[in-house]
Amino acid sequence: MTPLLEVKHLKKYFPIYSGFFRRHVGDIRAVDDVSFIINPGEVLGMVGESGCGKSTVARTAIRLLEPTAGASYFKNSNIFTMTNQQLKQLRRHIQIVFQDPYASLNPRKTVRDNIGEALITHHLVQNMSEQIDWVAQTLEQVGLSPDVMSRYPHEFSGGQQQRICIGRAIALKPQLLICDEAVSALDVSIQAQILNLLLELKETMHLSYLFISHDLSIIRYLADQVIVLFAGQIVENRPTDELFADPQHPYTRTLLAAIPRLTPEPIGFTAT
Amino acid sequence: MLSPILTVKQLTTCLQIGRERWTVVDHLDFNLYKGKTLALVGESGCGKSLTALSLLRILPTPPALPSTGEVIYQGENLLTFSEKEMRQLRGFKIAMIFQDPMSALNPVYTVANQLMEVAEIHLQLTPAEAWQKAYESLQAVGITQIEERLNAYPHQLSGGIKQRVMIAMALMCEPDILVADEPTTALDVTIQAQVLQLIKELQRNKGMALLLITHDMGVVAEMADEVIVMYTAQGIETGEVKAVFQHPGHPYTMGLFQSRPALTPKREKLHPIKGQVPPFNHLPPGCRFHPRCPYVMEKCRYGTVPEFVVDQSTHLAKCWLHDGTKESLWRWKHPDGGES
Repeated sequence: MTPLLEVKHLKKYFPIYSGFFRRHVGDIRAVDDVSFIINPGEVLGMVGESGCGKSTVARTAIRLLEPTAGASYFKNSNIFTMTNQQLKQLRRHIQIVFQDPYASLNPRKTVRDNIGEALITHHLVQNMSEQIDWVAQTLEQVGLSPDVMSRYPHEFSGGQQQRICIGRAIALKPQLLICDEAVSALDVSIQAQILNLLLELKETMHLSYLFISHDLSIIRYLADQVIVLFAGQIVENRPTDELFADPQHPYTRTLLAAIPRLTPEPIGFTAT
Repeated sequence: MLSPILTVKQLTTCLQIGRERWTVVDHLDFNLYKGKTLALVGESGCGKSLTALSLLRILPTPPALPSTGEVIYQGENLLTFSEKEMRQLRGFKIAMIFQDPMSALNPVYTVANQLMEVAEIHLQLTPAEAWQKAYESLQAVGITQIEERLNAYPHQLSGGIKQRVMIAMALMCEPDILVADEPTTALDVTIQAQVLQLIKELQRNKGMALLLITHDMGVVAEMADEVIVMYTAQGIETGEVKAVFQHPGHPYTMGLFQSRPALTPKREKLHPIKGQVPPFNHLPPGCRFHPRCPYVMEKCRYGTVPEFVVDQSTHLAKCWLHDGTKESLWRWKHPDGGES
């Protein structure tokens, strides 16, 4: 099976300049030799503490940031050597959902424009009525009524805004969806609704996910394979069940030990 | 039973915006005991933080109107205190830790400045003594390289260290009551575990009462003795942590548990609470949870819901399911089974 996304020895250094002449004095090694594979239909979870480079890995892998070294293949074609024209083609197939839904929607555009803009850019629709149909269909997929199309992002609750963001991402019928802390800003009950939606879309649209989160219980629930990132490097990359059953790296163990358990004492929770 | 160190009776806080008035804390009752932890838990916007702010009376007025009810500390009602009297109490007998340490610390003063200020005001220490006190307080919260940290500005410190500085500041005068408003929400899990451990230890050593505000049921399980679950400004379930976790009495509490991926087998559909929290200008009549409740009955749709005992005398829930009638018992076993 050809991997959907294959990242090899990815590096991203941010230079530090100092002194009067802004000399290059060193680098911050945000991502330091990271390799992983996402197979079609798979959910890859990525965990690590804030500042460990989770988002930078995701953004560099799809060239939203220019990499320092390494290679990234989307279905065997190297993203890092693509021309702008090829990159634009690629963007259709890889979409991203960010943490803060309000900040990632354009507040001055209606829902229709927020979701439908990319459809025009990618020549998926020819005229406005086609765009409206397409957006209406997308809104239904993410559990919103098509009537909300002419409203603005601030009129929605956080959970609904996140649904719009997911709608914008799946409108282009991508193959890979990157969720960068996509449910972290939401309340537990809303979080559960969005997680259900993501799982549902995975089945109906045959999506693969790169799911970034600091919440280990969500990763455990969703992911097939987990990468544990620490200071820009992968310390563990294993199937989810194995990782949670038997963490190898000391950092992973600390991370797992730190999750607050949901039982006041070691007794099973019984739902009545 | 010990006598409580702080008694809150029928605490109610309203906000007035223009001509409209919202009740954001609605007739809340609880007691805080020495050495015990009470957790307030609920989703964003349910009034957890406003409860804490009302206790300390640090809500901006306007838009907030003076709280009504009683907050009794050492036989006196804090709500009748003058601002000057309150100021002597805050940070001295009742201290608070805020969620975001960056915005709670003053960015233009060094850590030493901010810590010494507390010591000089409340403990009437000389600057030299205050410095010593600040040094000791940072030692107590497990900070290393103290000299260096004392001379640092908040932005030079990491999130975990800043939160420790906040805790040090709150605990410097050895308060009777510590109010912690989401003390670890802004921190990583590993740091969260450290900070919670630290709060627990300090509480054990000094016998403080802790009011812990959080949205994370995991943190509640780890830290608290008693818990109040809040929904749209009201406390809807209260009891000992063990009882509430084992036999949640209110459908909302059950929903919160069922939304957690940790308790659901992998990839099985989660059972979120349907719908969303109603906005304060469209609160439904009757039980405020009834439009989202899988157990809804006719009597839930109007009037106010009294508190019923769930399984032991201290475990109460504002839900008709526990009124002992046949209808409720039937409904309890048949959620979403059509109208009864």
